[in-house]
Amino acid sequence: MLEIKNLYARIGETEIIRGLDLKIEDGEVAAVMGPNGSGKSTLSYILAGSKNYKITKGDILYNGQSILGINAAERAVLGIFLAFQYPMEIPGVAMMEFLKVGMNAQRKARKEPALNVSEFLKHVKAMAARLEMDMSMLKRPLNVGFSGGEKKRAEILQMVLLNPKFCVLDETDSGLDVDALKTVAEGVNALRASDRSFLVITHYQRLLDYIVPDTVHVLYKGRIIKSGDKSLASYLEQNGYTDIIGEPI
Amino acid sequence: MTVSEKVALTQAETEIINNFIALKGKLPQRGLLLETARKAAMDAFYKHGLPSRRMENWHYTDMRTQLICIAPYSSKSGGALAAPLLSRSIVLGLINGQAVIPSHKAGKKMPATPFGALLANGEAELPQDFANDNVIAQLNTALVSDGWKLDFPENTSSDKIIELQNVQNGAQSHVRFPVIIGSNANVMIIERQIGNDEESFISSVSNLDISEGAQVSWIIIRTRGMTSTELNQFNARLGKNVALKLYIINAGSRFLRQEINVNLDGMGADFQLRGINLLSGKTHTDTTMVVRHLAKDTTSTEIIRNVAIDEARGVFQGMIRVAKEAQKTDASMICNSLILSDSAEFDTKPELEIFADDVACGHGATVAEIDRDQLFYLMARGIPEAQARAMLVKAFVGELIEGFDRKEMGEVLHILLDQWLQVHI
Ligand SMILES: Nc1ncnc2c1ncn2[C@@H]1O[C@H](COP(=O)(O)OP(=O)(O)O)[C@@H](O)[C@H]1O
Ligand SMILES: [Mg+2]
Repeated sequence: MLEIKNLYARIGETEIIRGLDLKIEDGEVAAVMGPNGSGKSTLSYILAGSKNYKITKGDILYNGQSILGINAAERAVLGIFLAFQYPMEIPGVAMMEFLKVGMNAQRKARKEPALNVSEFLKHVKAMAARLEMDMSMLKRPLNVGFSGGEKKRAEILQMVLLNPKFCVLDETDSGLDVDALKTVAEGVNALRASDRSFLVITHYQRLLDYIVPDTVHVLYKGRIIKSGDKSLASYLEQNGYTDIIGEPI
Repeated sequence: MTVSEKVALTQAETEIINNFIALKGKLPQRGLLLETARKAAMDAFYKHGLPSRRMENWHYTDMRTQLICIAPYSSKSGGALAAPLLSRSIVLGLINGQAVIPSHKAGKKMPATPFGALLANGEAELPQDFANDNVIAQLNTALVSDGWKLDFPENTSSDKIIELQNVQNGAQSHVRFPVIIGSNANVMIIERQIGNDEESFISSVSNLDISEGAQVSWIIIRTRGMTSTELNQFNARLGKNVALKLYIINAGSRFLRQEINVNLDGMGADFQLRGINLLSGKTHTDTTMVVRHLAKDTTSTEIIRNVAIDEARGVFQGMIRVAKEAQKTDASMICNSLILSDSAEFDTKPELEIFADDVACGHGATVAEIDRDQLFYLMARGIPEAQARAMLVKAFVGELIEGFDRKEMGEVLHILLDQWLQVHI
């Protein structure tokens, strides 16, 4: 599904990703963990196609093709989705309108017919109900005045509606209480499939109790420094990062 | 008066003066008063010329250099009226500076008279004083040929909307709209400044006198082609407890000077301005406003949102004056600009002049570009860049055209906005 090869990336003069290698198979759920400031969000933005970063070396292959030359919208159409750690607030754009425009833009790019409005509304309402979201949120401007937890749910709602193939979840657990975490994890788990992969970025093991990963990778100073199975997450939970990264943080 | 007396005349000034001379005896007028007014107006213009940046009021808009030449008069019929924007509205039109008399019954019942007829029989009023920087009053008074006079009796209710259409396809014209609104009337008027891509030169002056308790919405929509020059003055006097909402949407013209002069004359009067400037190409658009709070408990809010792309240049000069008598005035003015290209520019000059001590007045201005992170967020959901940009621009200006009593008005303006975005973003 995804292969990152010896990737180097910088913002301005600061090099943040420094020789990152990571491979994610079809159907795999990979967790990326690491202390604050390791470059986890940077990796997620780069995957989604942010123009803020300059790739100086390496490549990202998605289903065997490099995606470095294509922009965020085109990547979304290919099935790449990012649930943002900090979703943007956009006053003046209604949430529902945004969902519709996004879905239709992707359909148009794939030469599929535009959504039938009433079917779309029904679908959105059903999905929002499953995520236990308040309907009134859908009428409000995009993310404006949403609580941290509401924003995270709204990200997962977008993911469910857009039906992507490769999902990056950046600290989706932060801001969620345990009940909300369960609901959101159920939403994610329902999407697990042999042709869909996940990159789940988290700071804590907690989320991984609900979304059980196939592989766990430790990201530090812009590189993957250790990989393992889900027991690595439990190890980190108990022992912290210090002995893995070989220095105090 | 001959042209050769003054060497410093620009070509445009010369053409204007020659026009006036050539039109002698041809413009509608009767009686000495009108003749004197026209002559005094042209004398003032001859004396002061086109305003240059040395005049404070014209600092950002140097007409001497902006106005290279003047589109000449033409006797061509000049086209046709457009379909009205809203159903159930009555079009009072002008084509190439000539009123078009409505043939339908509803139009005939309107309290409207062609201004040209009033000029011709000596019943029109024209201003007599011409300040040196009031070039719009000078030119319009000297050259006005027609317009519509509207006279709404007291308690008029708003089921019929009037759409004033000033159609100018090339050539030149000068029109005037004196409007009297009786007490407790409730009226909505749309002023459309439209025309094709031919070069044109227009002055248009509206004078509103609004009596106690009336509620007025006036919506100026400007979509004339990108080679037109328009000088527009909107003057209003608001009596006690009058509420005037003025909307201005500019999406055309090569050169525009939109002046707004509002006097809050009666206690409790309220003025609301919502202005949207959609600026593109190599154009110059100037909005210059003076709001005078002259009585107690008067309020005003002005919100201007500008989008500038290409090499467009915009100007907003806003002045709020609060007289000594106008205690408890509450006034605020805000101007936000979104600049979409390196060569586009918007200049803002807000001013407050306050002579009362118990008032709440404020102003603010911002200039921004498209937020890259917001753009990325939209694109990350599959929305192509141009469409995502257009969404953000629309989000920026869209809220100013919400909340009309007639819902279709908002819809029509949203369509206009979408069309502009589609072409320019
Ligand atoms: N705009 C920026 N300019 C310079 N450095 C930045 C910028 N954004 C992030 N960084 C730095 O990049 C590093 C990685 O940040 P980030 O990817 O957000 O880490 P994480 O998500 O793992 O906490 C941090 O050291 C951070 O300070
Ligand atoms: Mg982060």
